[in-house]
Amino acid sequence: MNTITIAIILPFLVALIIPFLKKKIFHIHIGWFVVTVPTALFILLVRFVPEVAAGETFAYSIDWIPSYQINFLTYLDGLSLIFALLITGIGALVTLYSIFYLSKYENLKSFYTYLLLFMGSMLGVVFSDNLMGLYVFWELTSISSFLLIAFWFHRKLSREGAQKSLLITVSGGFAMLVGFIMVYVMADTMSIREIITILPEMSDHPLFAPAMVLILLGAFTKSAQFPFHIWLPTAMEAPTPVSAYLHSATMVKAGIYLVARFTPVFGGEASWFWIVTAIGLTTLFWGAFNAIRQTDLKALLAFSTVSQLGMIMSMIGMSSAALHHGHDMDTVLFTQIAFAGIFHLINHSTFKGALFMVVGIIDHQLGTRDIRRLGGLASLMPLTFTVALIGSASMAGLPPFNGFLSKEMFFTAVLNVSELNFTADHIMTMIPVVAWIASVLTFVYCLIFVSRTFLGRYKEERLERPGKEAKAGMLFSPVILGLLVILIFFFPNVLGSYVITPAMSSIFPMLDVELGVTIQQWHGFNTELMMTLALIILGIILFMTLRWWRAIYKLFPEHLSFNHLYGASLENTSKVSKSITNAYMTGHLRDYMVYIYFFFLIVIGGTLLLSGSYRFEISGNGEVGAFDLTIAIAMMAAAISILVAKSRLTAIVLNSFLGYGVAIFFVIFRAPDIALTQIVVETVTTVLFLAAYFFLPEWEKEDSRKRSKSVNLFLSISVGVIFTVTALAVQNNKLFESISTFFEDSYELAGGRNIVNTILGDFRAFDTMLEVVVLLIGGIGVYTFIKFKARKKRNEPLEDK
Amino acid sequence: METLITILAGVLVTVATYLLLSRNVLRVILGVAILSHAAHLLIMTMGRGLTNGNIPVLKEGVSSFVDPLPQALILTSIVISFAVTALLLVLAYRTYRETGSDNLYELRGFKDE
Repeated sequence: MNTITIAIILPFLVALIIPFLKKKIFHIHIGWFVVTVPTALFILLVRFVPEVAAGETFAYSIDWIPSYQINFLTYLDGLSLIFALLITGIGALVTLYSIFYLSKYENLKSFYTYLLLFMGSMLGVVFSDNLMGLYVFWELTSISSFLLIAFWFHRKLSREGAQKSLLITVSGGFAMLVGFIMVYVMADTMSIREIITILPEMSDHPLFAPAMVLILLGAFTKSAQFPFHIWLPTAMEAPTPVSAYLHSATMVKAGIYLVARFTPVFGGEASWFWIVTAIGLTTLFWGAFNAIRQTDLKALLAFSTVSQLGMIMSMIGMSSAALHHGHDMDTVLFTQIAFAGIFHLINHSTFKGALFMVVGIIDHQLGTRDIRRLGGLASLMPLTFTVALIGSASMAGLPPFNGFLSKEMFFTAVLNVSELNFTADHIMTMIPVVAWIASVLTFVYCLIFVSRTFLGRYKEERLERPGKEAKAGMLFSPVILGLLVILIFFFPNVLGSYVITPAMSSIFPMLDVELGVTIQQWHGFNTELMMTLALIILGIILFMTLRWWRAIYKLFPEHLSFNHLYGASLENTSKVSKSITNAYMTGHLRDYMVYIYFFFLIVIGGTLLLSGSYRFEISGNGEVGAFDLTIAIAMMAAAISILVAKSRLTAIVLNSFLGYGVAIFFVIFRAPDIALTQIVVETVTTVLFLAAYFFLPEWEKEDSRKRSKSVNLFLSISVGVIFTVTALAVQNNKLFESISTFFEDSYELAGGRNIVNTILGDFRAFDTMLEVVVLLIGGIGVYTFIKFKARKKRNEPLEDK
Repeated sequence: METLITILAGVLVTVATYLLLSRNVLRVILGVAILSHAAHLLIMTMGRGLTNGNIPVLKEGVSSFVDPLPQALILTSIVISFAVTALLLVLAYRTYRETGSDNLYELRGFKDE
């Protein structure tokens, strides 16, 4: 076992222990116990940073299903290390924060079990080198996210949000699975490292493009890209630590991880560049545009997360242009876009984590997070305000915060890309324009976030609790993140050269150009800086005039949104499927029997007709004596008479006649044992039937409808005919010799002369024993039905209790 | 002989099918019982031949037996189908006691559905 494998398994192990912790032993919050896990893992993983920076990678494999090349293969390189550090680092801070956020009276055991489950699966996603391992952990993160969103499951909105996120991410995950299988078919390996070396050569393969689209679907649903972003705002029903952790810092970035991981595989395709970039930019714009109209602070942050994820996604997409060019200066420029993307991903985790925690504090202290009820909190909650200011300024892209650096790099990226001659010029110029407009909108919603919450008039009468600063423990994590935001601004190259540059060689393993960038805080009065200055001015103007242009949102009413589309389709799907099911699941035994018999007719009868195997001959038959014939004809007559019998008694007597008739045939067939058994059983059965005759009412007239009567008749006759023909065909086409000769050595093998008895008592004794068990269970059933009275009826059914 | 028995089994299956499609509980149970008769006869015909051979008990000087395997199978089957029939009958009895009906159409679902 190496360290990385242990890092994945440890959270799962602790998650197993948590439900068994006794409340009485741990008077303290369980969170203190849990927080040690991510902290320890973080320290463990940080120790890998120098080695990974030196270009080392670590792989370890445990066989799982080797025949299908499905192994538990862990792999640590620069890219996975970044994500792992985020997962454990932010995880530690969030767990610490949750200790103060969730009271001891909440269902903490479930919460921390789910949280650790998530942590382990997320580490599994980034450390898996095997496609199937990656897929399994990927779906596990969806499931743990579902459980965490529905943590307050007594709320309807929580349940709906959880369901929506699960449906969207899991269907995306399923598409991804299909894509993975296609990749496996093409490359004949499950290892991502090997796929990277094999697959780019196979872009002519017919499965190549479908695999790419399907894998992207998985990434886009997970990372809440347009139009799948609708699950993220509703997922905000989760407790705030969960939103900060899963739905802004880690899980939603799994899609970006996947795209980055598969850039060397598919990045050489122009369609990859276009799909990822276009979806990313659309998401960037749409998220920012919608964030402005939100009145719930968490919803605002959710849309801003959507928008920022789109921005990172588009950067990863644009960087794939590096794989289209030869090894010249341009290539270096384009690899730097991926660098900027990863850099922004880290920055986003810090400032968005801090902002979510701020919203959590506001919600916790004041009992509301509605913008319309908040205001003037700056003087009451100075520390919270400071963190919020740092986070928002960084998100808006202002110096001296880390968001400024990555925003400038983003502008550089779009400007560089717009000079490419991929397609018509006006489309290429659209890229920086859209990016810039989205950034203006980002600036506006950051202003809204800060000013509406902390500035303006304090409205105590609208709050549930008066505003006051949170406890130190609760402030600890956001303050740490806020400090990181500033620290990264001043020392970005520590992060750049030790953490991000190693990741670059995972995204562009084939390029032998200098990867990595020296980040500069000041690069002169260039276009990027002009764009930032212009967006600040325009942003402030837009913010001041918000009242007048807000009406634009009326152009996008709720009933035309994707959210509404999702809701309506979900509702209609369940309605339609319910009506279809109700149409054939009638609850009538007869209908089900009719389905079964029609199926039998079509499949068996059809096979007989099509294969032409209905020929048979009677030459090999034993002789039929007059006595045999008489009995057989009498039995047929008796059987048919049952159908027309007026009284039940007649039917029962005719049935026992059939039974005794069968017994006579057993005698003729030299089977004395079964003849005896048949006689005994038939006698007892007849007695039982007569008892039932005594207790049950007289027959009513059968179904009088002619149509169903003729259907019954048609079905039974055709079933009988097909049965007979099949049986005759089988008798004349024996495929192999009877195995019965084996049993004829019964005296040597089992010490008995009666062959049938030795089969039952020795050769197949287990069957006989189980047969006795069946008889016993039947007996118990009979006894219970007769003996026990039904419980007295209660007013409400038991299930509801 | 085999063909005759197979046709007999076919007639029994026809009758059983018709009974299984009816709405009276007792008729359905009769259908099940008749279906198992038909199955037993069918298994019997699948052996090495119905009448060419002696009773399958080892004896000095006897070398050809009828097929013992179908007989062993049927012996098991008879007992099990007896258990099934008994259980169904008691179920019908109990259902009638609880609901006052032996009509499968009326027994459908719950009242509040």
